[in-house]
Amino acid sequence: MAKTHLTIVETVQMLLHVCHGMQASKDLLSEADRAIGDGDHGVGMARGFEVAQQRLESQPATTLEELFKTVGMALLTSVGGAAGAVFGTLFRGGARGLAGREHFDAAALASWLNDGLKAVQERGKAQVGDKTMVDALQPAAARAQELVSLPLEEALPQVAEAARQGVERTKDMVATVGKAKTLGERALGHPDPGALSTYLILQYMAEYVAGRSDTATPP
Amino acid sequence: MKAKKIINDPRNVVTELLEGLVWAYHGRVRKLEGVNALVKTELPPGKVGLLIGGGSGHEPLFHGFIGENMADGAACGNIFAAPTPDVILAATRALDQGKGVLYLYGNYAGDNMNFDIAAEMAAEEGIATRTVRIWDDVASAPPERVDERRGIAGDLFVIKVAGAAAATLDSLDEVYRVTAKARDRVRSMGVAVSAGSLPETGEPTFTLGPDEIEIGMGLHGEAGVSREKLLPADALVDKMMQRILADLPFRRGDEVCLLINDLGATTMMELLIVNRRVRQILEREGIAVHDTIIGSFCTSQEMAGFSISLMQLDEELKRYYDMPARSFGYTRA
Repeated sequence: MAKTHLTIVETVQMLLHVCHGMQASKDLLSEADRAIGDGDHGVGMARGFEVAQQRLESQPATTLEELFKTVGMALLTSVGGAAGAVFGTLFRGGARGLAGREHFDAAALASWLNDGLKAVQERGKAQVGDKTMVDALQPAAARAQELVSLPLEEALPQVAEAARQGVERTKDMVATVGKAKTLGERALGHPDPGALSTYLILQYMAEYVAGRSDTATPP
Repeated sequence: MKAKKIINDPRNVVTELLEGLVWAYHGRVRKLEGVNALVKTELPPGKVGLLIGGGSGHEPLFHGFIGENMADGAACGNIFAAPTPDVILAATRALDQGKGVLYLYGNYAGDNMNFDIAAEMAAEEGIATRTVRIWDDVASAPPERVDERRGIAGDLFVIKVAGAAAATLDSLDEVYRVTAKARDRVRSMGVAVSAGSLPETGEPTFTLGPDEIEIGMGLHGEAGVSREKLLPADALVDKMMQRILADLPFRRGDEVCLLINDLGATTMMELLIVNRRVRQILEREGIAVHDTIIGSFCTSQEMAGFSISLMQLDEELKRYYDMPARSFGYTRA
């Protein structure tokens, strides 16, 4: 039987697995950022998820909404730059629709991703095709919305796969927002580091729910 | 090749430079506990607050421009990275005296988002804020998309006027109006000769060939308008001034302030040779120069190159510009 949902306690464990995974992905993300940015994305994300891990471990789990907000605030205040604002907003803004939910299931996943996408786009004004994390987040959110009635364990890998395909597509894009936009066509052929981070977050979630601990593979 | 830098643990660069800066301010500025934000030790009661900020590594911008008739505080990010909302909010709280706080910073995606988030948090606490983003770099977007341009050395002119306005005017809206007017009348353009490097890695932020320069390149290696062979100073200045003058446009009979800014490693000798040509051009165009600033104000580590900034004056801007100012990085008697 596929796992239909996670309890609050299990959701904490899933988020901790994401924190560990993102810290382990530091070099991978920095490498991606060096190609089109200033090469600090991995360092910033690792720092942010380390702080998120500390807060998740030190604060007793209460509600799903609080858990996602805790991660969001940690990222917002410790990553820095545009990435901190965007990923902090994904978790904080996405937490709104989690209020009152007792389980993290496919519907909660869809709610988080869609509310998070809306909040991120309001904040950063990026559209699909701008070579940002939105190019991974939007297809993931759309896929999650189609799969709300599936068990979480079946939905998550498909949602992560949609994000991975989004990362692939960013290789053919020229950035139009953020510091990378001024690179113009020099950014062609390289994936967007923020999109890559979005995929990795979802992939680590999927890993935890599947009960696996193998590392996410970069696209 | 890795750059040689006189630092300790690279992770502590910002905190340690701010500690050194606080000493250099001789008690006029203090660091807020636990965050990388500096504020004036004494704030006149009831003053509209002026908070500037952005990524560190561009010293003396921004944190070097706190003082009398200058900014009241600065929120400082990591090297080349926007400050986080909690830092901006802490500085906002420290500066608000019931009249609100003006946010003034360079127009970069990271700064925009982090200051906007902080503004929303401040609003939840009942603190009013308004925002002026500086976008003086004519090389970074065409005039019809001015709000996509980057903020570079012209920041100094806008901070100078805003600081005087915030010390004089009684309402946030009025300080905003004067500051936005100054921002709208500043135009800049830079040229990169060689790259600076990130203290964390020692790696250069971009690569230029041994005899190459990039006209219009941004402070973080963002692409400019053209990459070419090194030119004589006069020919280079001619190209830059042509774009700057046409952009506002600056016209015969205008009165301007002139800033020739070193990006970190260009010599005063070169800056003066640049100034010579700039003045020949301005004289030919019938544009009067009210004041000249030459030196290092907005840098990018050991990046070599310079920028030229002009601010078109009117009576009001001139009045604020001429008020005395005192800070670590800029003083006007």
